Amino acid sequence: MDPDLALLLNGIVSGLLLGGLYAAAAAGLSVSFGMLDVVNIAHPAFMVLGALLVALLWAATGLDPLLLSVLLTPAFWALGAAIYVVYHHFFERRGDEAIQGLAFFFGVMFIIEVGLVLAIGPEQHFADAAYASTTWRLGEIDLPLRMLVPALVSFAAIGALVLFLRRTFTGRAIAAVAQDREALRLLAIDPVRIKRLAFGISIATAALAGGALVVVQPVDAWSGHVFIGRIFAVVIMGGLSSLGGCVLAALAFGVVENVTATFYGPSWSPAVAFGCLLLVLAVRPQGFFGRAA
Amino acid sequence: MQSLSRRDLGRAALAATAAATVPATARAQAAPSGPPIRIGYSMSLSGGLAGNGRPALLAHRIWAEEVNSKGGLLGRPVELVNYDDQSTGAQVPGIYTKLIDVDKVDLVISGYATAIIAPAMPIVMQRNMAFVSLFGTGVNNDFKYDRYFSINPTGSQVKETFAKGFMDIAMAMDPKPRSIALVNLDSDFHQRTAESARFLARQHGLRVVYDRAYPPSTVDFAPIIRAVQAARPDIVFVGSYPPDTAGLLRAASELRVNFQMMGGPMIGPHITAQKLQLGPILNNLVVWDVYAPEPTLQFPGTQALIERYQPLAAKEGTDALGHYVPPLAYAQMQVLEQAVRRVGRIDQAALAADMHANGFDTVIGPLRFDALGEWTEERNLYTQYQGVQGNGIDQFRKAGTQVILYPQRYKSGDLRKPYTAGA
Repeated sequence: MDPDLALLLNGIVSGLLLGGLYAAAAAGLSVSFGMLDVVNIAHPAFMVLGALLVALLWAATGLDPLLLSVLLTPAFWALGAAIYVVYHHFFERRGDEAIQGLAFFFGVMFIIEVGLVLAIGPEQHFADAAYASTTWRLGEIDLPLRMLVPALVSFAAIGALVLFLRRTFTGRAIAAVAQDREALRLLAIDPVRIKRLAFGISIATAALAGGALVVVQPVDAWSGHVFIGRIFAVVIMGGLSSLGGCVLAALAFGVVENVTATFYGPSWSPAVAFGCLLLVLAVRPQGFFGRAA
Repeated sequence: MQSLSRRDLGRAALAATAAATVPATARAQAAPSGPPIRIGYSMSLSGGLAGNGRPALLAHRIWAEEVNSKGGLLGRPVELVNYDDQSTGAQVPGIYTKLIDVDKVDLVISGYATAIIAPAMPIVMQRNMAFVSLFGTGVNNDFKYDRYFSINPTGSQVKETFAKGFMDIAMAMDPKPRSIALVNLDSDFHQRTAESARFLARQHGLRVVYDRAYPPSTVDFAPIIRAVQAARPDIVFVGSYPPDTAGLLRAASELRVNFQMMGGPMIGPHITAQKLQLGPILNNLVVWDVYAPEPTLQFPGTQALIERYQPLAAKEGTDALGHYVPPLAYAQMQVLEQAVRRVGRIDQAALAADMHANGFDTVIGPLRFDALGEWTEERNLYTQYQGVQGNGIDQFRKAGTQVILYPQRYKSGDLRKPYTAGA
């Protein structure tokens, strides 16, 4: 195969796998920010919390990190629901959710980060999955399982979430609360309860994303910072409340980053990726799958 | 006058006997008294630099306890006054202003790394205080402050000397390399080190086939390694910090690299947790370092410090081995201590003059400072991990696992090639 073609194909494939990680990180934000209108800037910090808990549990049990992250989801759901209760009581109920709510989630982010440092220290933690050092090869295309398995688990989890939102009454209620919460009351559905449930789901997906993250790279308390800009960009590019759009945008972001890094140097990756975001928003302000206002 | 009972007389006799049998040295090391000598600094106890800031603080505390147990400094106890700078340079000027103006500390030193040292400089210079820094690279090149002293082995000629060891090792290979790839993190330290590698590669007539920096926000390093592979260099010089080092070496392993030599200032395996995580992927990697537990690099006090540090580190949950920052952090305090003892008083001008004029015996060996406050003789170590098996910690405590290849005077092993990332 022509070396440049091999580089291009590997850049695209590795970008798709990286996009899987971005999709896992962004899916929960798509629910909270896109559907519930809650600007949860602490979402990457929850992901890191999940990653570090997985690392500790892995060190104690030796179980697969992704399995451990699945086991953590109920606890993260409960944590998310509790945080939403506080957020609703002090900000949303009073109509203060815009700036003060944002400040609240900034605070939550710092509390998580400092709490993690105090509890387990500032060092990096890792969890070595049994498959992490294996790489499949299809001709000249490399498929490192360290990236492939988290990406597949991420797509499976997002697929299950899409099915839940489309096929169940509660899922449809979550989609509806994003559009007209008062209309839900007419159906005798408590929009606050639905939002609490949905916010819990968004935090539960952060646990899954944490499991994926700690398989891909070592994690410390501040590892979430590099994801803040990226996952907000992915959610906006995808069309805010569209999980399908979120996945597509995450994959596009990953491919653009890796192909740029391969051919033009990694320094250009963020600039080109965010440039593409601006381009998409210029042509389709509502994102890939967002509805025009 | 009260009469003495027989019991009182017995007690007095016992006390006199005890005093007579206490060695003279111990009596000379009487408990320190008077107001403490307060040493102020910022330290990164949270944030991205905390992984090295915390071990540094532990080494400082060990030094303070030892000095106080031996009679203090100038007969006074020493007291460490430090605040967490959260690894943020913007916090540093406020911390030093408080230390000097409110806490009224007697001496100041720096926290860990260039990003924290540089913001402290204007405050320290304004107050004319002597300033001993820790792991700063080229900080004083622009300030040219004559009371600045650096505990960092890079010396003042970073461009000419930093990558010299790497290049000398590479050029001694048979056959000689003809091409080199340069990869570095887009940071101040790594830009300087890459500049040194670029400069020396030109001098050796090496063709630079890849020369790119990557941003700190990089998540996936496979495209970088793949592009380096495609350029087919004989040797690869990499400058990276811990999260990137892990990503780069993982990618190198997945892509089955095979370079005659790879390494450089890849900060990461210096931290115990990363050593253990990477395990055999480290084999044959040539890494810039400041200390390795080799018999050729032992100075008075080095081993004792590490033996004292490791149980405390285990208790506090900080870096387990303490081979990277603690010896230099301890030496930072030894420099200050020896200057104060020689001068005999807290006089900033006299302390600075003494530090320029005299040498120091430290746990990292003898050292002297030049006009810029850097070491007169650079001591960039280039080490190679050899024979790493599995992920156990004990192999990293022993000599022979991280052999020293450069400089010649500390050399403890020969280069093994190629680098194949554990394959």
